[in-house]
Amino acid sequence: MKLKLLILGVFLCSCVLHSQEYFPKNDGVKTRNTNYTVFKNARIHTDPQNVIENGMFAITEGKITAVGKSIDIPENSIVIDLKGKEVYPSFIDLFSDFGIPEPKKAEAGNTPQYDAAREGFYWNDHIRPDTEAISHFKFDSKEAEKYHQAGFGVVNTHVPDGIIRGAGMLVALTPEVSEGDRILEGRSSQYLSLDKSVQSRQSYPTSTMGAMALIRQAYLDAKWYAEGHAKNKDLALEALNRNKNLVQIFATDNLLDEFRADKVGDEFGIQYVILGSGKEYQRLDKAKASNATFIVPLKFPKAFDVEDPYLANQLSLEEMREWNQAPANLKMLSEKEVPFTLTTHSIDAEKDFKTNLLKAIEYGLPKAEALAALTTVPAKTIDQENKLGVIKEGAWANFLITSGDYFEKETTLYENWVQGEKKILSSIDATDITGNYNLKVNGKTYELKISGDPVKLKSEVKTNNSKIGSKLSFENNWMNLLLSSPDTTKSDFIRLVANVPSETKQISGKAILQNGNETTFQVIKASEAEKKDDMKKDKEIHNLLPVTYPNIAYGFSSKPQQQNVLFKNATVWTSEEDGVLENTDVLVKNGEIVKIGAGINAGGAKVIDATGKHLTAGIVDEHSHIAASAINEAGHNSSAEVQMEDVVDPTDIDIYRNLAGGVTTIQLLHGSANPIGGQSAILKLKWGESAEDMIFEQAPPFIKFALGENVKQSNWSGGRFPQTRMGVEQVFTDYFSRAKAYESSRDDSDFRKDLEMETILEILNGERFVSSHSYIQSEINMLMKVAENFGFNINTFTHILEGYKVADKMKEHGVGASTFSDWWAYKYEVNDAIPYNASIMTEAGLTVAINSDDGEMSRRLNQEAAKSVKYGGMSEEEAWKMVTINPAKLLHIDNLVGSIKTGKQADLVLWNDHPLSIYAKPEKTMVEGVFYFDIERDSEMRKEIRKERNELIGMMLKAKNNGVETQPIKKEEKQRVHCDLLEEVK
Amino acid sequence: MKLLKTYILIAILMISGQSFAQQTPAGKQTEAITIVGATAHLGNGEIIENSLIIIENGKIIEVTSKDLTKRQYPGKIINAEGKHVYPGFIAPNSTLGLVEISAVKATVDQDEIGEMLPNIRSLIAYNAESKIVESMRPNGVLLGQIVPRGEKISGTSSIVQFDAWNWEDAVVKEDDGLHINWPENYKRGRWWRGEDPDLKPNKEYMEDVQELSDFFSSARAYLEGKRDYKNLQFLAMEPVFNGDKKVFVHVDGEKEILDLIQFKKEHKLENLIIVGGYYALGVAEDLKNNDIPVLVNRPHSIPEEAYEDYDYPYKLAKLLQDKGVLVALESSGQMERMNTRNLPFYAGTVAAFGMDKEDALKLITSNTAKILGIDDNYGSLEKGKSATLFISEGDALDMRGNILTHAFIDGRKISLETHQTELWKRYSRKYKEQESE
Repeated sequence: MKLKLLILGVFLCSCVLHSQEYFPKNDGVKTRNTNYTVFKNARIHTDPQNVIENGMFAITEGKITAVGKSIDIPENSIVIDLKGKEVYPSFIDLFSDFGIPEPKKAEAGNTPQYDAAREGFYWNDHIRPDTEAISHFKFDSKEAEKYHQAGFGVVNTHVPDGIIRGAGMLVALTPEVSEGDRILEGRSSQYLSLDKSVQSRQSYPTSTMGAMALIRQAYLDAKWYAEGHAKNKDLALEALNRNKNLVQIFATDNLLDEFRADKVGDEFGIQYVILGSGKEYQRLDKAKASNATFIVPLKFPKAFDVEDPYLANQLSLEEMREWNQAPANLKMLSEKEVPFTLTTHSIDAEKDFKTNLLKAIEYGLPKAEALAALTTVPAKTIDQENKLGVIKEGAWANFLITSGDYFEKETTLYENWVQGEKKILSSIDATDITGNYNLKVNGKTYELKISGDPVKLKSEVKTNNSKIGSKLSFENNWMNLLLSSPDTTKSDFIRLVANVPSETKQISGKAILQNGNETTFQVIKASEAEKKDDMKKDKEIHNLLPVTYPNIAYGFSSKPQQQNVLFKNATVWTSEEDGVLENTDVLVKNGEIVKIGAGINAGGAKVIDATGKHLTAGIVDEHSHIAASAINEAGHNSSAEVQMEDVVDPTDIDIYRNLAGGVTTIQLLHGSANPIGGQSAILKLKWGESAEDMIFEQAPPFIKFALGENVKQSNWSGGRFPQTRMGVEQVFTDYFSRAKAYESSRDDSDFRKDLEMETILEILNGERFVSSHSYIQSEINMLMKVAENFGFNINTFTHILEGYKVADKMKEHGVGASTFSDWWAYKYEVNDAIPYNASIMTEAGLTVAINSDDGEMSRRLNQEAAKSVKYGGMSEEEAWKMVTINPAKLLHIDNLVGSIKTGKQADLVLWNDHPLSIYAKPEKTMVEGVFYFDIERDSEMRKEIRKERNELIGMMLKAKNNGVETQPIKKEEKQRVHCDLLEEVK
Repeated sequence: MKLLKTYILIAILMISGQSFAQQTPAGKQTEAITIVGATAHLGNGEIIENSLIIIENGKIIEVTSKDLTKRQYPGKIINAEGKHVYPGFIAPNSTLGLVEISAVKATVDQDEIGEMLPNIRSLIAYNAESKIVESMRPNGVLLGQIVPRGEKISGTSSIVQFDAWNWEDAVVKEDDGLHINWPENYKRGRWWRGEDPDLKPNKEYMEDVQELSDFFSSARAYLEGKRDYKNLQFLAMEPVFNGDKKVFVHVDGEKEILDLIQFKKEHKLENLIIVGGYYALGVAEDLKNNDIPVLVNRPHSIPEEAYEDYDYPYKLAKLLQDKGVLVALESSGQMERMNTRNLPFYAGTVAAFGMDKEDALKLITSNTAKILGIDDNYGSLEKGKSATLFISEGDALDMRGNILTHAFIDGRKISLETHQTELWKRYSRKYKEQESE
């Protein structure tokens, strides 16, 4: 059936392009067809806003020549009457790999590959701007047909491989013309992503932040190259410069990456068009603020199979909610006036496109917006506003002919014309034979019911109220009906064939009986087909669950507000010289601590009775790996250029859990896979805020260094320098020396800005502090000596489990220590780790903090601090400082947080008990005057979460019952990270 | 010259020997000891303020209120006024002594190859001189059940005390339990083999359960037959069937637990204990009705699901106990060996999140002893039981109070020094000497 249609299409095609004037022709005489095709009496949607009723338009040689209520009909015209039909501009898909063969995967190797494999190109194989879609392109008729079915006429295709992926091309889906005619733009846009090329095994970058850093460096290098400073030839950079003025399309697959891409673009003055995730509704404000046009896959999550209650327990609230909410994404984007276009990327265009589109409309996406998202928005995005996506003079003759409003379920898409080439999808002249009939054959009368779509008709035949088997096919107005015998013990068939007239009151034709005898049959219409009652479904109210910030369990449906609060009559742990103050009030105003004392007047502030309770500063965790989408960039032995701020994950539930443990500030550190790690992110745990808004603005920049077993790859196989502690020293010496040389080359004419060197230079110049992962005394001593040789100080040794052995030297160097309370014995280098470490270092006069490095332990750092009371007899006040003011000092934010002092930020925790007691738990945790954790609100949220889960499960069961397609439950594994567990260092 | 070198070597050995050798195990109790005036936490839920405890020949011969008796204080008298006395804490489901340094393969002896290994015995690999084992004692953790890890049937555990020259001296109960890792109804792909790490229904689950069941049936059939050949695996099952070896099943899921209860009935297993039990709450009623206790995994864990209560692991033991299930705490998981010394703080955390403090103490003393089957002698301060106890400056479930002054195992006064305290002292001394210079 489909094949036939295609053949018909070829024969009926009347307006094939003939622009190859200068090409020789060897298969016949050289002809040119300049006839016009004129369409009349159509309802023409010239663009999403405008409709011409009973309008006309003319096309010739692939283009529209006139549109209007009434136009001149040239003499050499074929006129087509489209009475009752509607015409739309055909659709455009900006994110496609149409006609591009799958990139060939590099062969797996046994050892990591650190260098680029391509010569004459960039130092990193994943930067491939030199890739040209056009040199890989081969028109794929089968694939084109799927697009035709979905209403598309033009796609922008590319090689979906690598971080900078090179130039895409804009191609019309016209199988019958030559490449030269169908390619609208050979270099239409440049594509990018955060994913590495499969064609290379080069290690770097191993992480999202590495990919971001690499893009930045590539942009800088391209500029430098363009200025003619390079001595070598770099075809990749040349291409990157060549592609500079193209539309830049950035492919992502999750919401956080969308904003990450936009951030990199902003830094270089580039506005990316972003392939989105369909989850933009979860951060509409951010989506709007990005100023980006989003290419949104028309894909919605399926309901889950929740019949098995045990398995359903594994399902996250987030996933369940997304099923409920995501269909409203487009509606919300359009309400917020965020520009978007739609793509069939990641869905089956033929099967799911229209269904999903209708679903989005059902959820409130206005039809005009839907049409714009498929026509004018993509056309404008790709700079083809007057040529594509509209029906107007001079535009390509790309349009759809439908039986009615395209955005209704029962509407049939008859024809999809591209560059004046007609594709018949459903015969425009087909007679509607649906209805209820009486069928008379061989002396018997049957009831015949024909229903369904014109392309997929169904028959039901009954005799004496019992159903008998039947099979109907209807093509080109010929009907074939096969009836099986009502006697199921026999396998008798009657074959009926008839040419159906345009009037279907009565149809008659030939019947061939089982015995081969031929006779006639009559079909007489008894009644019209019942219209499906879709109205009811349309009116079904979609019980959309509210979006929370973040959109997971324990997210806030409305952001908690800053409050002025008076804590009355608390035991106040100041972490200052004042020590612990009994029966004391603390007044918080505008996010700051304004008064500490007795009998303070609330003056309008909310009063919290803290009698019998303890108020402390929020806990500061010097070493954390929560709230991150990535931890290690392990592709190089130095990754100074990568930024943890790039990969903050504000939706990590561990943020909330940390707040429930009294933590308010963390240093999100890079991992310990390499001696020079990445730049830290110092965060305030403002649950519900965006990644950007969690960053502790006033905190100075930090970087992670690492020493010992992890960086020398002791506990897994690796072949990267260094493999010994001896090599580690040389890595530092080498990089620092190079950074010095780099600095002195700044005025050279061919100076090349290097983000890695810039960062290392900041360290040498004392503008960036080092927190170094360290274990044994030899390496601790080594790093201090190296730093001293280069005239700077190590700020913090983190972990520092043998710090007690060299505390005197550390004191002399002026470095602080942030350690575990009692971890040891998990690897060789922690054999001499002792829980007395913090006490000895404190006694030696060092600033000592207790850190977590672990999302579980960080929930009870108060207990960890208290262990120094046991191990080494530290005073309670001193112990408490190790998780408040001391880490704040190490992070150089002690002027703002870490203690209860007037003028400081109101990061406070109210405990039900002595904070160092095992029995203590936070009741309220405040960051800058906002309660981000409140134990009473928490218990309310638990109830709501339970209720919402039940509600969603009920909805899913109902959906499945109604025949909606579902998916099995699959639980995503959350990678928990430490820099101290071997399996995760990789 | 050579002689000089030898002297130097000997000198070095002596110096380093002092700081690196393990603590010398204490000798037998030779005289009675009377502990006077402490708050005695009996481990069975009761407290005696101002108590009198007398231990003799390794046994507790008196536990009472000081004011209730006029008897003589025999032997050595320890004035423990203001202090607290506890029964030695017991760490079930532990790999102490089987692994010294996780990352160094040569020191790892916890996981044998093979699916059904009831004949594998932890006891003979238990390193009584492990530096990690000795670090348990200053926190009051004096006994442990040493368990082999592995596949379906990982082996047979033994219970040891933590002050011994060798495993033979250490043993408290030899071959006490068989350990089964129950198949999981839902499984994660092995990401290190390139499989999808997400959780999916395990298609082989029923098959795996059946394999276990078949193994039990076959073992029983073998044991009831002529035994004309020696099947080590089956023979190791004999004590399981006659009730001498308890069955510890490591399992978390609700459905799995219900299947396990069927399994228990089918194979008529009297003493069956659940280890882990993360989702046991949903089937608590069944556990109670079938007399199945739970060794709850350490409360210092993170909830499995984002939607769960942040304090779910903190309070699971309490929730199960409230439903009438016999509960104790175990500490397996990441860095489990060195972390086992935090066992008292696990109990303390359970108390912080709602359990009565003395009940929380039971989770690491009498309940554990009951579950392990050593309650005739250990787990509480009662007349006639082993004098395995310690004196702490304060509340031993709290980091600030858990400061031990004395500890006894079977009446033997054990050292509270460790490799770590020695390093502490050595380096404290170093800096003090520097100061005085």
